[in-house]
Amino acid sequence: MEKVGAVMVVGAGIGGSQASLDLADSGYKVYLIESTTSIGGVMAQLDKTFPTNDCAMCIVSPKLVETGRHQNIDLSINCKIQEVSGEAGNFTVKVLKKSLFINQDKCTGCGVCGKECPVEAIDIFNEGLAKYAATSVRYPQAVPLVYAINKDYCIGCGICAGVCKAKAVEYDLEDEEVDLNVGAIILSPGFDEYVPPKANLYGYGKYKNVVTSIEFERILSASGPYAGRVLRPSDGDVPEKVAFLQCIGSRDFSGSGNPYCSSVCCMYTAKEAVIAHEHMHQIKPTIFSMDVRAYGKDFDKYIIRAQEEYGVQYIRSRISSIQEVPETNDLRIRYETEDGKVKEEIFQMVVLAVGFNPPNDAKYLAEKFGIELNEYNFAKTDIFNPVQTSKPGIFACGAFSSPKDIPDTVTQASAAAGCVNQLLYDEKGTLITEKSLPPEIFVNGQPPRIGVFICHCGINIGGFVDVPEVTRYAKTLPNVVLSDRNLYTCSADTQTIIKNMVKEYHLNRVIVASCTPRTHEPLFQETIREAGLNRYLFQMANIRDQCSWVHMNEPEAATEKAKDLVRMAVNKARKIQPIDRIKLSVTPKALVVGGGISGMAAALNFASQEYETYLVEKQDKLGGFANNIYHTLEGGDVQAFITDLIKKIESHEFIHVYKEAEIENIDGYIGNFKTSIIYGKNKEKAEFEHGVVIVATGAKEYQPNEYLYGQNDLVILQSELEKILNTSDDIKKKKSIVMIQCVGSRNDEHPYCSKMCCAEAIKNALLAKEKNPDVEITVLFRDIRTYGFKEKYYRKAREAGVIFIQYDENDPPKINVEDSELRVEVKTARHDTINIKSDWLVLSAGIYAIREENEDLAKMLKVPLNDDNFFLEAHVKLRPVDFATEGVFVAGIAHCPKTIEDSIAQANAAVSRACTILSKEEIEAEGKTAQIDMSRCIGCGMCIENCAYNAIELIDDRRFGRVAYINQALCKGCGACSGNCRCAAIDILGFTGEQIFSMITGRVS
Amino acid sequence: MTVKNEQEAEKSEEWEPKIIAFLCNWCSYAGADLAGVSRIQYPPNIRIVRVPCSGRVNPYFIVKSLTDGWDGVVVSGCHPGDCHYLTGNLVARRRFAILKELLEFFGIEPGRVNFMWASAAEGERFAVLIRKATKIVKELGPNKKFEKKW
Repeated sequence: MEKVGAVMVVGAGIGGSQASLDLADSGYKVYLIESTTSIGGVMAQLDKTFPTNDCAMCIVSPKLVETGRHQNIDLSINCKIQEVSGEAGNFTVKVLKKSLFINQDKCTGCGVCGKECPVEAIDIFNEGLAKYAATSVRYPQAVPLVYAINKDYCIGCGICAGVCKAKAVEYDLEDEEVDLNVGAIILSPGFDEYVPPKANLYGYGKYKNVVTSIEFERILSASGPYAGRVLRPSDGDVPEKVAFLQCIGSRDFSGSGNPYCSSVCCMYTAKEAVIAHEHMHQIKPTIFSMDVRAYGKDFDKYIIRAQEEYGVQYIRSRISSIQEVPETNDLRIRYETEDGKVKEEIFQMVVLAVGFNPPNDAKYLAEKFGIELNEYNFAKTDIFNPVQTSKPGIFACGAFSSPKDIPDTVTQASAAAGCVNQLLYDEKGTLITEKSLPPEIFVNGQPPRIGVFICHCGINIGGFVDVPEVTRYAKTLPNVVLSDRNLYTCSADTQTIIKNMVKEYHLNRVIVASCTPRTHEPLFQETIREAGLNRYLFQMANIRDQCSWVHMNEPEAATEKAKDLVRMAVNKARKIQPIDRIKLSVTPKALVVGGGISGMAAALNFASQEYETYLVEKQDKLGGFANNIYHTLEGGDVQAFITDLIKKIESHEFIHVYKEAEIENIDGYIGNFKTSIIYGKNKEKAEFEHGVVIVATGAKEYQPNEYLYGQNDLVILQSELEKILNTSDDIKKKKSIVMIQCVGSRNDEHPYCSKMCCAEAIKNALLAKEKNPDVEITVLFRDIRTYGFKEKYYRKAREAGVIFIQYDENDPPKINVEDSELRVEVKTARHDTINIKSDWLVLSAGIYAIREENEDLAKMLKVPLNDDNFFLEAHVKLRPVDFATEGVFVAGIAHCPKTIEDSIAQANAAVSRACTILSKEEIEAEGKTAQIDMSRCIGCGMCIENCAYNAIELIDDRRFGRVAYINQALCKGCGACSGNCRCAAIDILGFTGEQIFSMITGRVS
Repeated sequence: MTVKNEQEAEKSEEWEPKIIAFLCNWCSYAGADLAGVSRIQYPPNIRIVRVPCSGRVNPYFIVKSLTDGWDGVVVSGCHPGDCHYLTGNLVARRRFAILKELLEFFGIEPGRVNFMWASAAEGERFAVLIRKATKIVKELGPNKKFEKKW
């Protein structure tokens, strides 16, 4: 069957959008199918995201806008899958496009119909807390911004059709059925949140002040029902004491909820508590939880901050019921304290941290696509490849396969795209169209006509800076012909407004005063380019991150500052000129640093797409830390898997493996790297060129100094126990084993969770019990973090008789040796100190990264490390495998501790991201480089000494004699040469001396 | 602002200095953004100019800022060794060591021009440094050394 170079992505949340963008950028036609009327999914509903407290809408909006306007993504909303036939490489999918009763092509999203609609209907987006009309969009920044009529509420009065200037309302618009031919399918329908049943213990649905976490998220949001103020639904008062109840519908074996852990609730609850306190300082949050599962990168630090800086109180208790105080609508909670006493406390509001359910239509989708579901009705996936469903050619990503957070979803989305690449690489580029941009408007020599767009950013800016005043002020500045303000300047509708304004007012410079150019400049540059302006005729004034957010208590001063910043931007804009971007060729080869599981998975993916790959490993054998692992908790045979993988790698014609290798030097830039290494026993030298780099260097197992490790033979590590259990029968002679968790994790030295030690301990405990049912196993823990479906094994271990005892981090277990016998002494909360005789003491040693080892590579690649010496990605939420340096990606434990499955997913994700570069023959480079005015240059050579990139040399020019010459492909535009030039002969495009002087003089006096 | 106004302003405790800050795009500007994202509050006296690297800051930018009436100048880059452009901040450091002496020779008080380092992960440090710089400049009073007297 002939393969097709198109892909269908089902579900357009953040996962579906990311997968679509990756594939569309790599040369595939993408059909993005969404069941609701706008894209963005749950992330667009969130107020902030953990652990950085980034504004969710702000970071997701550029991605949604890009998805909505990508020329290779065909976005269809309000759709339903009807029928699927075919096999991997060639599927045919019948899709029903349900009518919106408003013509999508004509609707401008102006919203007049919604305003005029007399029937108030409930909107889904605000979780039923706000009222909207029957004609509505899901939220004001929706992509695509088209309205839809909800026929269930519509009374057919015809008012909307009458008021619509665009004549877009068509009541008789019919459903449409289309057949789409694609080579692969990615399913990313997300999840549905658990809704507490009608007769529940928590009074949800009965007591007004009991809300679910997602409803509370909308309450926190600036675009939510109370415009960002935290008010309780019963009377609109500010609640003083808010209780958050964890594990609602999760870790519930009673039958009314789900038995698995929903993975994200611990973190989002901490975030909601922090944000609530931040919005209104009088709010005192209390969180009732069982274990605090902060297992991700920098999550533990966030929990500590929540407690220490925001006064969030944690109580380890599971609440069984809530009662309302009738007069005040307050809520009474009874709970048991850790030492066994029963307490009663009154709260003004209760938030239920609801877990994840599989999507409501999971069964329908599974049946249509012919894939299997697991015992919990999530998509069943391969044990080592978490995006591969039971059917070849169909992949799943995000919360459809298991509950997960945003970075894991984005990683999996890219991973799914990476796997599609592997399947369809030879059909790349067959069905896509090139983006056609209007010719650039010639602006040289014309007087500047500046348009200023000032953003309210919900209340992020508008709440502290007087935006109307700044808008008025901007209008008075020289050359400003238009000054406008928007609720969210980054939203899709505003992009259209900007484009229209450029035409209407003949703008030739555009300024946006909003957030930071570091995240949003590319979006606006693309917008003005589409309007026919050169990308560089754009300026941004940062009036949010560097103004409204840091001067929240001084609105007047903040407004003054915003005016100054706008004026400085206007001054600069008057001096800016168009810049042409240079094109760089791409070497279609890859370098993978590190030959562990992540590195090998990445190399194999590249190679199967016929990209030549160089795999560099420090040790004398491939496999890395996985060589010490026998099974995963879920039962995957790791040894068989890596043996097979190593065989494939070593025999692959497109992979060059270098063992015992050390990198001497990496030179160059995106698309054109050059690396030299020394490898092998004989210290041979090799040099190669490549277009991308993947860092998969892994990390180390902690070698403890504590608990007598290394001093007493009976004290061993989990990895050592695993080896013993899998290779000998020594366990049969043992009577008692004690395991200590968090050894070298979550302490001052390594203030993070190593993520897999809990699973590792439970895996070994289960195997030990299987081999010797009489052995007594005691696990001393701080929190058991068996997130997701791993919870099942925690329960299994308890059922098998493994004893779990919590210890206090400030009073860790003590080890006594008596007559060559180990005795572990541990203090518990409810009982006094207990003393356990132990044949083996097993330490769950964490994972740590060594600065000395990572630093050299980080410097060569110009990428950062975080405080814990792991590599720091470009953005923790939405760019989890990218670095800020283009063309360099990260995978596996080098990024942070993670499981084998997650490492493989990240490796495939890194490949997918890299393929967006390798699939192109040439890429456009940043145009802001150094320019030399030869007529001023005296050829002193100072610039050459300052240039770190060897981009400058002295040449003999026919007219000017000995002068400096700058190689534009090597120049990074840092400006070190210019800052030192005594003749002012060098200028940096985009940051010229003239422009910066104009900003200096832009002070409002 | 007329001379009379300025004198009044100087006497009153309400006087607030205006400080211009040249921040490198990769570390300090990102650090300033992080301060915002973390909602760490600092005095609203600074106006930030984004430059690609602290190495881009020509000494003349600083002199021009002072002659143009800014009360203080801050230049901030990546920590030595962390420069996105490898050595730009080291170039800047050498350059400013000399400039500092020159400015003092002119009679510009030490503290009016500040050089500092703040990484993209140091929102808190950035805020602390700005608070400190603002306090110093405020104590020094308005910058009149380069004021045109004719």
